[in-house]
Amino acid sequence: MRVIHWGMIEYASAWHQQKELVREVAAGAPSAIVLCEHPSVITFGRKASDANIFLPKDVLEQRGVVCVSVDRGGDVTLHAPGQLIVYPIINLKLFGRDIKACLQKMEQASVAFLRDFGIVAKGQEGHGASAYRGVWVGSRKIASIGIGISRWVTYHGIGLNITTDLGLFDYIRPCGLDVRMTSLQDLTGQTLPMREAAERFAGHCVRIFDGQDHSSRIG
Amino acid sequence: MVRIILPELGDGIVDAEIVRWHCREGQSVKFDEDVVELVTDKAVFNVPADFSGRIMKIYYNEGQRVPVGSVLADLDENFSGAPEGAERGV
Repeated sequence: MRVIHWGMIEYASAWHQQKELVREVAAGAPSAIVLCEHPSVITFGRKASDANIFLPKDVLEQRGVVCVSVDRGGDVTLHAPGQLIVYPIINLKLFGRDIKACLQKMEQASVAFLRDFGIVAKGQEGHGASAYRGVWVGSRKIASIGIGISRWVTYHGIGLNITTDLGLFDYIRPCGLDVRMTSLQDLTGQTLPMREAAERFAGHCVRIFDGQDHSSRIG
Repeated sequence: MVRIILPELGDGIVDAEIVRWHCREGQSVKFDEDVVELVTDKAVFNVPADFSGRIMKIYYNEGQRVPVGSVLADLDENFSGAPEGAERGV
């Protein structure tokens, strides 16, 4: 499993680079975990409804929030500085083509990461309905999950709030749910540096997906 | 003739919705090429062809829900008449 750090990267550029990685992995390269951060952007999954944003798209863009329709599952979500983005580029043929298990592993990695900071979080299994896929601390949501799969290789992934400006979520109904979002900073007061968050999360992700140590590279 | 089937997707996932076909009946596809995009609650996924060949029959339309295990399309793996870079769908 490769671990790749992109740092702060425009959403469109990251999307393009993910597709390159998907081609590599489908052709036999090792799976990869990409960690990065995006400038403010609202993305619309295949199940998204425009009713789940509360301002016209042109107004949002005037406020510096780009709107993009993307090929992932799920509804509307928001990425912004301070949110750790994790893109697992995983060859699902090695995991029995089990989409649900892949989503659960992403949730498990998030729960394990948060446990390091004394936060008790749960994945969707703690909430029942599949609309609640993601990671929750009590009734508040801290991470959203949505993936795409091509040639049985995953892309897109997780957005986990570390120090995200939670006021930005007032622009949307996250994942189509009337839910309050939270962040690591909101819960603990900590302003964890993004690189440290990324390194720590990567360790959990690699352990959960293939139980191996990892070597990082900055891309 | 081989069948392109919606495979098991994991415990508890019983069906998926067709988003779009990447090909049409009569078109050729290559091994491991995505032929159809589907969506479940939190995942968009593509089913690739297990063989190169020609799509002979498509069984579901875009927007329809498909039970796991259903035949999505028939593919003639013995067809080799398509020129390189044959016309592709959306």
